[in-house]
Amino acid sequence: MTINERQDELIEDFELFDEWESKYEYIIDLGKQFPPLEEQYKTEENIIKGCQSKVWLHAYMQDNKLMFEADSDAIIVRGLVSMLVKVLSGHTPEEIAKSDLYFMERIGLHQHLAQTRSNGLASMLKQMKAYAIAYQAVNN
Amino acid sequence: MQTIQTDLNIEAIRSDFPILSEVVNGKPLVYFDNAATTQKPRAVLDALNGYYEHYNANIHRGIHHLAEKATSAFEASRRRIQEYINARQHEEIIFTYGTTDGINLVAQTYGRAFLKEGDEIIISTMEHHSNIVPWQMLCEEKGCILRVIPINDAGELLMDEYEKMLSERTKFVSVVHVSNSLGTINPVAEIIEKAHQVGARVLIDGAQATSHLHIDVQALDCDFFTFSLHKMYGPTGIGALYGKRELLEAMPPFRGGGEMIKEVTFERSTYNDLPYKFEAGTPNIADVVASKYALDYVASLGKDAIGTYEHDLLTYATDALQSIDGLRIIGTAREKISVVSFVIDGVHHQDTGVLLDQQGIAIRTGHHCTQPLMRRFGIPGTSRASFAVYNTTEEIDRLVQGLYKVKKMLG
Ligand SMILES: Cc1ncc(COP(=O)(O)O)c(C=O)c1O
Repeated sequence: MTINERQDELIEDFELFDEWESKYEYIIDLGKQFPPLEEQYKTEENIIKGCQSKVWLHAYMQDNKLMFEADSDAIIVRGLVSMLVKVLSGHTPEEIAKSDLYFMERIGLHQHLAQTRSNGLASMLKQMKAYAIAYQAVNN
Repeated sequence: MQTIQTDLNIEAIRSDFPILSEVVNGKPLVYFDNAATTQKPRAVLDALNGYYEHYNANIHRGIHHLAEKATSAFEASRRRIQEYINARQHEEIIFTYGTTDGINLVAQTYGRAFLKEGDEIIISTMEHHSNIVPWQMLCEEKGCILRVIPINDAGELLMDEYEKMLSERTKFVSVVHVSNSLGTINPVAEIIEKAHQVGARVLIDGAQATSHLHIDVQALDCDFFTFSLHKMYGPTGIGALYGKRELLEAMPPFRGGGEMIKEVTFERSTYNDLPYKFEAGTPNIADVVASKYALDYVASLGKDAIGTYEHDLLTYATDALQSIDGLRIIGTAREKISVVSFVIDGVHHQDTGVLLDQQGIAIRTGHHCTQPLMRRFGIPGTSRASFAVYNTTEEIDRLVQGLYKVKKMLG
């Protein structure tokens, strides 16, 4: 699946919910099901410090694809992080670098990507793109 | 549901604050982030507009009608603040950007001029970052030593430890009157008296005190007192620093520029008299002018009535929140203002904040700019509800119901 196909799939999943409760319950569920990052990767280097919650991001290359694993200490952020990983992980650095993420906005969660949310999510997305650009440079 | 007896007409007070009728995420707003900043009554909003619509002009300079009117209104605010905190003279009131700015002013002028290597500065464990960092910067520059008064598990200063810390090396004490994270009211009169016995100067960070407590800087005998108008129903971007006249006179100026000078030549400049010596450049005139209306508003309700009502809200909220399983209140001092910080077992404060926001309830979550204090309690942060005079028990009930929902959703 392409990055956009994955985004569209998430948008479709969320269309089922018309109440904020069911939407957030789903995000909380995603957070609970998301496999925790192995302790060895929860390093100072991998930490993306938000004001309120911590986010860890681990990136590596596998078969020319950029892979992401991540975690957070807050469950809603964890759910949101799992969505970013689901959409972006396993694509080539080129695809990730030039991707345009619209799903958060379409789902009505864009406020979580705003700077004021200070939950590290915006910084995480920036960091994912930075990895992609860095690996792109290495590959070329 | 039990209600609170009060002579205040809370419904009428609520209607003085236009923002309280906002709808957030489809629900009527419950605003419990008053320790961060309070909402503004219509009188303040009208004053801001009125200034720009009728007498906007630069002050202390022009001789035209508007300039004189603006200057009078500006200076009337200074005298209103003087009266509000019972300063001896209006020249002892310096306008600043806020509490932070006032602390920096004192650290950078008094501190740089009068403190030297090996001198000790005492702060406390519950300080806001704005009463930590300016002193650390000064210590780094001058080689002073920063010492920290410890607290007990209730969030009260250990006064014995404070007394042991005091010596002839102590040159400055800078402590918070009321903790923004815990609500603790500190025994500042005693702190000041003890510091003076060893010849140290004292600054009181009054950011959280001025909207809840009577402040009398002469009775306290503090050397400096600093606060922000935006936390007491006034506009943002305005604070006041009180300093004893003889100290302000002895201190070098902070920023250089227009307004703070008497005469400028390329060889040297002479500085203006107090308070202008510390007010370089065109000040935030509109917000200063409107500040007076905030203080008048508080006075019209009555400080005592506000204090009593807020205290009843605190008691009501404390009882109600404690009934929630797994909820622990952080900050259980005997003397508190209307701030309740809490943690819930197994729940991250950010999740609490996000899910309450969905229900239209605004609280503050995180470390509240007091990271060392959070470390002392061994927690990354708290959820904090802080109440003002326009809050109600019905709103507290909504918070409690909201928290039950949070627990259910995360459970
Ligand atoms: C106790 C305390 N000190 C200082 C400050 C800083 O105030 P300001 O940001 O208005 O300068 C605050 C505000 O959060 C506070 O609560």
